[in-house]
Amino acid sequence: MGYKSIVLVKQVPDTANISGQVMKEDGTVNRSLLPAIFNHEDRVALEMALQIQDNHGGNVSVITMGPPRASDVLRECLFMGADDAYLISDRKFAGADTLATSYVLSEAIKKIGSFDFIFAGRQAIDGDTAQVGPQTAEKLGIPQITYAQEIVSINNNKVLIKKKIEGGYEILESPLPVLVTVLKDAVFPRPYKAKRVMAYKNAKTLMELEKLTEDNSLLYIDQLKYEYMSKHLYINTITMDDLKLDVERCGVAGSPTKVHKIESVVLTGNKHEHIEPNKIGIGTLIDKLMEDHIFG
Amino acid sequence: MVTRNNDVWVFIEQRGGKPADVSLELLSKGRKLAQQLNGRLKAIVIGFNAESIAKETFRYGASEVLLADHKELEHYRTMTYSRVLSELVDKYRPGVVLFGATITGRDLAPRIASFIKSGLTADCTDLQISDVKYLRNEYKNLLLQIRPAFGGNIIATIISPEVDVQMATVREGVMRLEPLEIPVNGKITLVPYQPSTLDSVIKIIEQHRQENKVNLKSAPIIVAGGYGLGTKENFKLVQELAATIGGEVAGSRAAVDAGFVTPDRQVGQTGVTVRPKLYIAIGISGAIQHRAGMQESNKIIAINSDPEAPIFGVAHYGIVGDAAQIIPTFINVFKQKLR
Repeated sequence: MGYKSIVLVKQVPDTANISGQVMKEDGTVNRSLLPAIFNHEDRVALEMALQIQDNHGGNVSVITMGPPRASDVLRECLFMGADDAYLISDRKFAGADTLATSYVLSEAIKKIGSFDFIFAGRQAIDGDTAQVGPQTAEKLGIPQITYAQEIVSINNNKVLIKKKIEGGYEILESPLPVLVTVLKDAVFPRPYKAKRVMAYKNAKTLMELEKLTEDNSLLYIDQLKYEYMSKHLYINTITMDDLKLDVERCGVAGSPTKVHKIESVVLTGNKHEHIEPNKIGIGTLIDKLMEDHIFG
Repeated sequence: MVTRNNDVWVFIEQRGGKPADVSLELLSKGRKLAQQLNGRLKAIVIGFNAESIAKETFRYGASEVLLADHKELEHYRTMTYSRVLSELVDKYRPGVVLFGATITGRDLAPRIASFIKSGLTADCTDLQISDVKYLRNEYKNLLLQIRPAFGGNIIATIISPEVDVQMATVREGVMRLEPLEIPVNGKITLVPYQPSTLDSVIKIIEQHRQENKVNLKSAPIIVAGGYGLGTKENFKLVQELAATIGGEVAGSRAAVDAGFVTPDRQVGQTGVTVRPKLYIAIGISGAIQHRAGMQESNKIIAINSDPEAPIFGVAHYGIVGDAAQIIPTFINVFKQKLR
């Protein structure tokens, strides 16, 4: 019994701290220069999946697509309580827009197996597009509920979800499976469990294990992988070769949108008129606004 | 090189039996884009008994409405609407398809882009038609999809040069509403609706909606307060000033987060974009995200205790000092002059 959830998570640059140097000439982002963090809304999505597991049983898998170092967020998911984690990573996936990303994600999800729920944050703070969730649902041929605020109930393979709409909310009933994107305040993500941190801080992806073998010629990758798997410390790693993909639909080639130009935001730079903070100054200002027919 | 149809489509969202403002704004912009492309502007209306909504689009320049009208389409539902619209877009392959960057638009547009395997740019703040040279290729009449990126620190121009359907969602309030004196004598083309099994898998159990309690966009005067006011008590001064001079109250994101003012009154990138005759910013430092939502106001007065606050960079009049003293002075002088 129980429900199987897959949570889509993303490592994002901390967009609160951006400088001009992080933009490459082709308009893409040099992520290595930015602090990378766990996209908050995705953490909320994971919490929602974990609460379903708490209440109904089942299991929770997390998936991220990104560069090898995106494994950091997968370990954080394991600290919170995820049962297993998948890194989808390949140079050929780089530079993907939402269409190419959702293509690879949907194919990876098909490979991972059946599920009842897919959860994701409403959007990621690096692109703010909110498109990957719905596009993944479309490709999997399943319904979606975006801007979810609350799981009201789950009964007989039907879920009631409260979602935000313009000027209010609605409660929708959906069969399973369904893809749900959640708002940042939907639930409060649980802290890491100390025991899990101790256990999973050593969890590693295939790339990370390969790195170990490079540094030590006595280690063999297959053996190492087996060892980590048996200790439940292997982060499943999916590359191009593991999926039956159309190369033309991946990465830059599969991305119809292109960044043509990037500009820093500059102040429009009005020379403003200084008004004294007293009766006379403010009186003159009000006179001017009356002349302009804004007042009166 | 792809051949592209020159038509511009706008998906019309509905609010209480009328087209949503953002949809009419998009028609106003779409009319100009269609002119530049020598194409037609078409409105897409999906609903029930929606003929009056369809007709309303002629006033904003639509020359044709594709209308899917059926009881099953009465309320917006993702699966139903996305299927109807996906099939239409796939059949006619319009060069440009625009949606409001609303909850509905951002729910609907990505599914359609995925279905037709086309490019979609979210949350645009400007659209232009231009010839573009990209990676040594020359492209004619591309849609430039201009949007803030990376938390508003950067403005990116996105293009979809190799696909025939260019799609974008556009933020509410950034395009000007421009009704025509004489509506276009357009035609309504009915699109037959055939139910499909996946359409009704999601059921609406309850719906609660309050329409347009606050309409910041059409307010000629806006008085906005920020975190710099410090307390909810001080924020009352903003409300008093607004009441005195006949303005609407607004706030920055920080003021909303601090609980000084409700989210429906938030101005800025994640709130509403406004361009009133007068915008008074009090205790608002003027982060990029806030300026993006108000810098096109006709006249801007900034009141701030920090003379270096970036808000002064977009202001026409600046008053440096303590808002708790300046606002009562403003109210008193105003009352004397306009008694």
